[in-house]
Amino acid sequence: MSGNHSPESDFPDVAGNGLLDRRLLLKSSLVFGATAWLPVTAASPAPAPKSDLARPQWMREPGSEFSTYGAPSRFEKDIGRFPAPNRVLRNSGTSWTPLHLLEGTITPSGLHFERHHNGVPDIDPGAHSLLIHGLTDRPLTFSVADLLRYPLRSTTCFIECGGNSNAGWNKIPSQSQAGYFHGLVSNSEWTGIPLGVLLQEAGIRPKAKWVIAEGADAFAMHVSIPLEKILDDGLLALYQNGERLRPENGYPLRLVLPGWEGVVNVKWLRRLELTDAPAMARNETSRYTDLLSDGTARMFSFVMEAKSLITSPSSGMVLKGGPGLYQITGLAWSGRGRIRKVEVSADNGKTWAEAELQAPVLPKAFTRFRLPWRWSGALAVLKSRATDETGYVQPERKALLAQRGRHGFYHYNGIVNWSVDEQGTLGHVYDEVAAEQSGTPDIDAGWD
Amino acid sequence: MTKWRQSKAALLILMLVGIDSPAAELPAGPGLGQPASAELVAAWDTDVMPDGTGLPPGSGTARVGAALYRTHCLSCHGENGLGSSGDQLAGAKMGLTDAWPEKTIGNFWPYATTLFDFIRRGKPMQTPGSLSSDEVYALTAYLLSLNGIIGAGDEMNSNALPKVVMPNRDGFINVWATGKKAPGQ
Repeated sequence: MSGNHSPESDFPDVAGNGLLDRRLLLKSSLVFGATAWLPVTAASPAPAPKSDLARPQWMREPGSEFSTYGAPSRFEKDIGRFPAPNRVLRNSGTSWTPLHLLEGTITPSGLHFERHHNGVPDIDPGAHSLLIHGLTDRPLTFSVADLLRYPLRSTTCFIECGGNSNAGWNKIPSQSQAGYFHGLVSNSEWTGIPLGVLLQEAGIRPKAKWVIAEGADAFAMHVSIPLEKILDDGLLALYQNGERLRPENGYPLRLVLPGWEGVVNVKWLRRLELTDAPAMARNETSRYTDLLSDGTARMFSFVMEAKSLITSPSSGMVLKGGPGLYQITGLAWSGRGRIRKVEVSADNGKTWAEAELQAPVLPKAFTRFRLPWRWSGALAVLKSRATDETGYVQPERKALLAQRGRHGFYHYNGIVNWSVDEQGTLGHVYDEVAAEQSGTPDIDAGWD
Repeated sequence: MTKWRQSKAALLILMLVGIDSPAAELPAGPGLGQPASAELVAAWDTDVMPDGTGLPPGSGTARVGAALYRTHCLSCHGENGLGSSGDQLAGAKMGLTDAWPEKTIGNFWPYATTLFDFIRRGKPMQTPGSLSSDEVYALTAYLLSLNGIIGAGDEMNSNALPKVVMPNRDGFINVWATGKKAPGQ
């Protein structure tokens, strides 16, 4: 390995303000020989090991015994979800995935975001069953034990709450860390029964157009779903990431409707009713509808459009090593299919470079992107922009607001800007000048 | 047209003509579903539809509902439904096109039947499912009256409730039905 090569000479910038060719990521020997990759961190560095110690303590004694169910290292105990409950009813609200602390594409099951309307039910699977009725030839019930005998299929997809990133509608840019602003989205491998198998067994009547799905929680949460989607790729999930569903993710049964807003992926499923019209349930009228500036509201806006986000470096982090080489890494996803490309800008959108996409790129699933960046120590604004396989391009915030007004609350997917100051501290900024940001944050609906 | 799109199109045609065989690509199931009795379906199905389907017998007025509201709802939804830790339900000072829209039952909810359905299935939060049909009708009547949609003495029942026309009934765009594209498309 030679120390004489420099990425500067072999890999000139491909876009402004220090963005390097994504192929540089593949030339690790060259890069590590020349320039150390600098860690992005919010924590203090570990103390230097004592120079007279040939072996650390954990090499001087036997390790611990086996465990029946593994847990993260005690040094990672601070990695957790960020709960944001209702101030009185603590079991209603949201809990956010720390996207900025994770890598790869699979969200650990214990860190999958939560949205509960009245707590997590403690369901005994032996006392739970699924009823399918309505416009069917024969109403049927299925025990959980019987459902486990059906042919199973797996799909890896994201589930994103319709209200994810809703602080983006605010006039003042939120300074929350990325996961606590955009972390009502997670990505899992879900395994279950294609819903068409069960609906066929019950017999779908010709007039059936909608399916009303209801959960067995204290909210008896219900929504209406087009039958077309249920038959297209709807899954009755029993497993998440190889194990049975976690209680907070719907144990023992949940709907998974890839690419569609979280609320229709009904957890703790106990009933599917085939109908010719939607129920006009509370959570498809009063909530989960997107108010436009003319006073009308979008309803049944199920699809989560393409979005991307740089997870590191991101708001609240510091480029501790000073100027030098850093890795930009982030996530992109689209409810309409595969991510085709992700572009990154380090000069506030003046120029863009295409990021490396981690293979395989799956439809309606998290796609990890990475790009090397040489920070000069000057001010910078980092952006990422996703394009999906339909050609849809993630909009700038200004374009989204022009289309949807200020009070949509749901379905925010504008481009996210992270500012970098001369000390290497990252924050969240809008493109608008500061004068336009004055006033009070104005999210106009709660999570109850 | 891809093979997947072809099979999806075929599936849609099957659905439209009503053939009970959605997809050849679906695996065969073991057929373990147990017949559900009409009694079981009736006991589990509490959906109330906009046309009133699913509304039970019973009735209530705003006068009765006002007292129930104080017992079960006030602590979260505040005096006169003005909101607290729970949603604002009435008394919007800002409309839907104002700088700070206040979405309430009166200015936003499109169907009165939704109110009955929602109260019956999920309220009160600490003891959901504990209210009688008469109590749910009374609370529904109170909230509609509070929003100036019905009179204080008007009785709500399975005939009257579906006939209540909410001010914002036509305020929604069905994105699924109209196939509206997102910005940028």
